[in-house]
Amino acid sequence: MNATGTDELTVTEAADTVDQAGLEATGNGDAERMFGQRRLRREDPPLLTGESRFIDDLDLPGALWAVLVRSPYANANIGSIDTSAAAAADGVVAVHTGAELAEDWANPMPCAWPVTDDMVNPPHHPLATDAVRYVGDAVAVVLATTRQAAVDAAEQVIVEYEPLPAVADPEEAAANQVLVHPDLGTNVCYDYDVTPDPDAVEAAFSAAAHTVSERYVQQRLLPSAMEPRGTAAVPEPFGGNITVYSSTQIPHILKLMLAITCGVPEHKVRVVAPAVGGGFGAKLNVYAEEVLCVALARRHGTPVRWTETRSETAQATIHGRGQVQYIELAADDAGKVNAMKVRLVGDMGGYLQLLTPGIPLLGGFIYHGVYDIPNYSFKCQSVFTNAVPTDAYRGAGRPEATYAIERAMDALARKVGVTPEELRRRNYIRPEQFPYTNPTGAIVMDSGNYEPSLTRALEMLGIDDVRAEQQRRRDAGDSKVLGIGICTYMEMCGLAPSRTLAALKYSAGGWEAATVRMLPTGGVQVVTGTSPHGQGHETSWAMLVADQLGIDPDLVEVLHSDTAISPLGLDTYGSRSLSVGGTAVHLATEQVIEKAKRIAGHLMEASPDDLEVVAGSLQVKGTPSKSMTLQEVAFAAFAAHDLPEGEEPNLEAQVSWDPPNFTFPFGTHVALVEIDTETGDVRLQRYIAVDDCGPQVNPMIVEGQVHGGILQGVAHALWEEAVYDTDGQLRTVTLGDYLVPSAAETPGFELDHTVTPSPSNPMGVKGVGEAGTIGAAPTVMNAVIDGLSHLGVTAMDMPASPQRVWSAIQSAERPTAPQEGSAP
Amino acid sequence: MQISLSVNGVSSTHDVEPRQLLVYFLRDTLGLTGTNVGCDTSSCGACTIHVDGDSVKSCTMLAVQADGCELTTIEGLAAADGTLHPMQQAFHENHGLQCGYCTPGMVMAATSLIEEQPGLDEAAVREGLEGNLCRCTGYHNIVAAVLAAAGTTDTEVSLAGTEAGVRS
Repeated sequence: MNATGTDELTVTEAADTVDQAGLEATGNGDAERMFGQRRLRREDPPLLTGESRFIDDLDLPGALWAVLVRSPYANANIGSIDTSAAAAADGVVAVHTGAELAEDWANPMPCAWPVTDDMVNPPHHPLATDAVRYVGDAVAVVLATTRQAAVDAAEQVIVEYEPLPAVADPEEAAANQVLVHPDLGTNVCYDYDVTPDPDAVEAAFSAAAHTVSERYVQQRLLPSAMEPRGTAAVPEPFGGNITVYSSTQIPHILKLMLAITCGVPEHKVRVVAPAVGGGFGAKLNVYAEEVLCVALARRHGTPVRWTETRSETAQATIHGRGQVQYIELAADDAGKVNAMKVRLVGDMGGYLQLLTPGIPLLGGFIYHGVYDIPNYSFKCQSVFTNAVPTDAYRGAGRPEATYAIERAMDALARKVGVTPEELRRRNYIRPEQFPYTNPTGAIVMDSGNYEPSLTRALEMLGIDDVRAEQQRRRDAGDSKVLGIGICTYMEMCGLAPSRTLAALKYSAGGWEAATVRMLPTGGVQVVTGTSPHGQGHETSWAMLVADQLGIDPDLVEVLHSDTAISPLGLDTYGSRSLSVGGTAVHLATEQVIEKAKRIAGHLMEASPDDLEVVAGSLQVKGTPSKSMTLQEVAFAAFAAHDLPEGEEPNLEAQVSWDPPNFTFPFGTHVALVEIDTETGDVRLQRYIAVDDCGPQVNPMIVEGQVHGGILQGVAHALWEEAVYDTDGQLRTVTLGDYLVPSAAETPGFELDHTVTPSPSNPMGVKGVGEAGTIGAAPTVMNAVIDGLSHLGVTAMDMPASPQRVWSAIQSAERPTAPQEGSAP
Repeated sequence: MQISLSVNGVSSTHDVEPRQLLVYFLRDTLGLTGTNVGCDTSSCGACTIHVDGDSVKSCTMLAVQADGCELTTIEGLAAADGTLHPMQQAFHENHGLQCGYCTPGMVMAATSLIEEQPGLDEAAVREGLEGNLCRCTGYHNIVAAVLAAAGTTDTEVSLAGTEAGVRS
């Protein structure tokens, strides 16, 4: 048993590219090593005492408050805008309409992912000028000396609208009967096709013994970080520089995009992310308010700030998911799947935000999941709707893909007449098949070993006993039935190899940068391009460096989230921070060690090759008496009085690391639900997750990531839905309408893990930020369907609300009712 | 309107707008920004403080209603020498926070909860924290932290099989 109270199940042999340091770390039981310790977070004390500063906490004397005037219509032409009353109100400094600011934009709002050459991207500016395309689209901005004055004045801006027909449903939008952007003549943003061999797919379907054909709806979700967004742009008193504070996951990308959008030289822009209260993808974007604050601060020569209200969040911050999925599987007699066809309708919303069009495609190459399915077809048509733009939300494309294949596998298991776990075992990609070139031909999965996670998860559940109890209740006619759901997921994360991103037409790369600097007094500064907002990078990166140098982690300071301190970086999203950013830290530390060896070897008259790091010193191997502390070496490098010929002063190294491949974490999740068949109420009783993110730097932090991810996925399945009515009005605007779960609806989670290192980076690490969310929704929905299967229920959309569950039971019980298709 | 109140042991008198919410009085007038605002419908609990010893969402009160009250915010919870309050320490030791935005409100709600219900069990903690939302932790380690701070001896029993419970 290790410190987590769990046995490690399996360590897959890793390829040669994994160095021994990384592999040894997988033991997690070595108390001498910092790698793998459950070290408490250094981030905690200021957050626990109220000392931390989030964006709205910043004291910015003289800052003007911005409040936006937003459209109440889903689709409308803008007539006149009367700003006179607002402009005359107490405390108001200025009121600007979109037309007035039209000259302030050097470029439209950025979309960094033009997924096809002919993708349609309507011009999008921070304020609308002629027409609004969704409820919340902003038409004017008020600047006032206080927040209250700006709010009051915004209510006095009078806008005349000419309402137009609106369409919020993506499948209706695809019919082009109502146009979101009438001048475009179509609602279609792009068509995308990943079908290497169409004839082979059709042949496999013709020859199939079993087929399933399913339709699933990925409802829109509100990412709902607890901190609403906020931004403040502060012109420097001289020199023309501007500092932008923003509640963002991406200070580096934001700096670049603000420069491009506002026409400010990039070297004049500094972006700082202060304490950020969660992101989940929603703060992986460039928003109108960020661009507006910069433009208005430059116009007025004064700091300008904006803080979102929660009700504004639903209309001003991107939504997640928003897809309709059609999936078909073709299997042989034994249930071995030979082909799959997927067709998506992607809901883009009114405009394209930073990554909007790419999100469905992040799943588009991996719909086969953990299964060896040789023939593959993925088609996606994405359309505009009169709704808030969609974009990345925790998992971004991969939860949707996992949901579809995992629910379809359960449907197939019912047809074949085997248990869900047996069907999965028959179809898993086997360990010896890695590296596995997936059926798209574009993705090489570097590692995986799925079966042990399934076996362990079912063992933790006690599958036989639970199934017996399920049957007992059914036989007894108990109104409260049990359902068991299983999902084995795989994710493609660690975004990303830059060449692969190029092939996907993503505009930037996927590298990450780090600098490791030993100071002459013995401390270490680590500068990282990742930008944490709850993930604990300060703790974990310090652990990585302390582990390599054999020093106390408290000697290691981790600097981040300020482009003046950390000028290079690509930030935090897509479970990339450890596998890409952490690897850059690891490699920079290695370079520091190599340089230290050269200097110490020179000073001690020993060969650098004969030196080893032992507890913060460089020792001659076999001669412990001959050693120098790293601090002594750092001081010698700083003083530079006696360095090897050609050696530069100072002990630091900078690395930009571009990963050779994605990483492919996986795991098996199992849920047990109790369903009240009389009310439709679903209670999650147990949730078991056996994840494999490779070696764990800090298991405590890993578990926390998994816990939070699971609950977001459970909420996707059971509670959360951003509901638009047919007029394009959003009905779920507050936390009173949109059901972010509380502790009361939630059980504890039971976790274990396996360790299969990735061969694609030196530590073998893979990433865990999105795993829980990816696994949870299909696990819970499979449990709900399983619980009702004896009543004839085979289909249900998310969220599985009491009304939906009850209706499904009622319609299934009527003998003439159709058994397929969505519940109402 | 003029109000006099005590916040974290410091008494003062202020002129406030009748419409000002207590949370904005704390943040904007007193500069106590540890109390966070997460919503505008009194749903999230991020702004929870203690008013005369009871936990209150400070967005549900007007500043004028706090006239004559004794308030404690997250800034007033730790000891004067910086030693964390046992609840803050329990959140730290149990990894009960990630981004930390809900944390001040969660900690304030939890301290008053365990005072009101000594010896409470896991179900009581979950029920008692229903008004405080967290998006990062899935509540697992928050519940473990509150049970630890409460000194509930059946912590391991109530979270049986989970790692937070096994690890003592």
